[in-house]
Amino acid sequence: MAKTATSRKAETKTKAAPADGSKTSTKNGNVDFAVVELAKAEYQKRRKSQLEAIKKTDKKTLRAMLYEMVLGRRFEEKCAEVYRMGKIGGFCHLYIGQEAIAVGSMMALESTDTVITAYRDHVQAMIKGITPEAVMAELYGKEGGCVKGKGGSMHMFSKEHGFYGGHGIVGGQIGVGTGMAYAAKYQKTGQVTLCFFGEAAVNQGIFHESLNMAQLWKLPIVYICENNQYGMGTSQERAMSTRNIAKKAEAFEMANEFVDGMDVMAVRDASIRAIERARKKSEPTLLEIRAYRFMGHSMSDPGNYRTREEIAKYQERDPIVLFKDSLKESGVMTDKDFEKIEQEAMDATEKAIKFADESPYPNESELLSDVYA
Amino acid sequence: MAVLTIRDALNQALREEILRDENVFVMGEEVAEYDGAYKVTRGLWKEFGDKRVVDTPITELGFAAVGVGAAMAGLRPVIEFMTWNFSILASDQIINHAAKMMYMSGGQFKVPIVFRGPNGSAYQVSSQHSHSLEAMYANFPGLKVVQPSTAADAKGLLKASIRDDNPVIFMEQERMYGLKGEVPEGDDFIIPLGVADVKREGTDCTIVARSMTVPLALQAAERIQQELDVSVEVIDPRTIKPLDIDTIVDSVKKTNRLVIAEESHSFASVGAEISHQVMEHAFDYLDAPVKRISCAEAPMPYAKNLEALALPDVDKIIAAVKEVCYL
Repeated sequence: MAKTATSRKAETKTKAAPADGSKTSTKNGNVDFAVVELAKAEYQKRRKSQLEAIKKTDKKTLRAMLYEMVLGRRFEEKCAEVYRMGKIGGFCHLYIGQEAIAVGSMMALESTDTVITAYRDHVQAMIKGITPEAVMAELYGKEGGCVKGKGGSMHMFSKEHGFYGGHGIVGGQIGVGTGMAYAAKYQKTGQVTLCFFGEAAVNQGIFHESLNMAQLWKLPIVYICENNQYGMGTSQERAMSTRNIAKKAEAFEMANEFVDGMDVMAVRDASIRAIERARKKSEPTLLEIRAYRFMGHSMSDPGNYRTREEIAKYQERDPIVLFKDSLKESGVMTDKDFEKIEQEAMDATEKAIKFADESPYPNESELLSDVYA
Repeated sequence: MAVLTIRDALNQALREEILRDENVFVMGEEVAEYDGAYKVTRGLWKEFGDKRVVDTPITELGFAAVGVGAAMAGLRPVIEFMTWNFSILASDQIINHAAKMMYMSGGQFKVPIVFRGPNGSAYQVSSQHSHSLEAMYANFPGLKVVQPSTAADAKGLLKASIRDDNPVIFMEQERMYGLKGEVPEGDDFIIPLGVADVKREGTDCTIVARSMTVPLALQAAERIQQELDVSVEVIDPRTIKPLDIDTIVDSVKKTNRLVIAEESHSFASVGAEISHQVMEHAFDYLDAPVKRISCAEAPMPYAKNLEALALPDVDKIIAAVKEVCYL
């Protein structure tokens, strides 16, 4: 498999800029463009090995990966559309731009493994097996939603699929995920837990408390820091004393890796290693996977803390485009295949909308049910 | 029946439940090798080992979270807080996660977990180790709150709490660990949650007391009987949530007078809630306004005399009974 170690080098290089106090960011934006340029350069260096990695992966898996990425994108574009129509209420945090992280990591799991994430959870929920219909109906607050309309955008759950939610307190799920892995080890189930969180959650105490226990007790968990570079409207640069999150694991003597989150094969590759470490050695890993959130923090975010130029710069590295280019170049798929996948994703999204529209609102008796077991 | 201290009754409950169900484990600071900060877990680690009795780092939020995740995945953790005061660090996991998980997952993920430890004051441990937190936790739908006052109740209620499929806040009292009482034998001695107990029958005035104030109320009742020939009924709800208001209301309908004795602060307290519910259900039966004896509205002071002044005692309860009886 391709090595992602080279991207680590990019990380080290870029770290020097803020460390010496000089501002390399653009006038309005907070993200260091040099990071993007370096990521691009590193990606070019990796390309050959990535193409080989694609050739070594079976076509069925590759197709499924691309489908989930495209479905996530089209589904969420639709979410934005119907949110503006007032069909979705409350908070709605979109995943657009980060699809390679969930797809690359989760599709390296066994179906019995468990997943927990934060409030940006629609795409993870679908990859874990909740149908687009049940996710969309949940967004609509309808009876057909995966939690009967009680959770909404931030709280998708499915016990059947090992999807432990959908959590709204920044970082809270890091501790809960640690407990899931604790239970797997206690009961010797062989399950691995993938625990997702954003980079802003790393500043919460629960991150440090959890990683300490996971390493101390050797728990089968992979912590995935989805570094989209902004905690709501505050850039990582303005909130964290170091850019290097992966390295924080070294404080706990935990295995760690930095990964380019725009490259789904790099994510898959690093995830396979981490999952294997968890399954075979019962040891945790911290993966810092850097991507970029193309949309605002939530649908109510005007995004005036960053420039159009900055967003455009990252959109040049759109993970779906990069993956398609590689698939095409390696001769695994053609434009015709892509068109078919796009159509399937659009159809699934439309089907979800139709289901959500037609699903009734929850019965009033639901207000007081499920409070106590 | 064996006579046990509350401490040993709790220990027996833990031991029996660990033996009964392989998914039950005890986790917390100093619970294993040290035998428990207050020796509630004495001997359990030696008997059951590292898997069932687990020492944690000092990381309340972290191990509470591990408990929540493990409970979601099918285990039955018993999480000890060295004092409930430290649970405030973990309250995000208790309140935002454990309490709400089943509801926000549409009934899919139960959280069968017990959080337990001493609540309220001890002996001159000052402001940050003396708070009674039951009202705060009772405010959150999804949590059950239990406060035993006798050895038998401690055992029966703890076993019921461990077997309950909901998160249970189980609050002991450090001053009471050494109190002795008869405890029924047998693994299946269970006291269901949500059932109050009439600790002393009487006809002229009702005292609702819980945890530390139960023995105080019983002493007060004896003295009032002897000195004033007034018959006092003492009710211990035992479970704050769900609250057995019916037993309290029935008593008030009989005695027409109510005193509530609690160790916690009075503002928005459990006593305030009971008082409201009695007003709702027995307004016409009350012959005097409900009187509450609570902790002074100040953080707990260290000085012995000030600490005593802050807390409920027998004399304060007697004065309250006299007031509602117009004596």
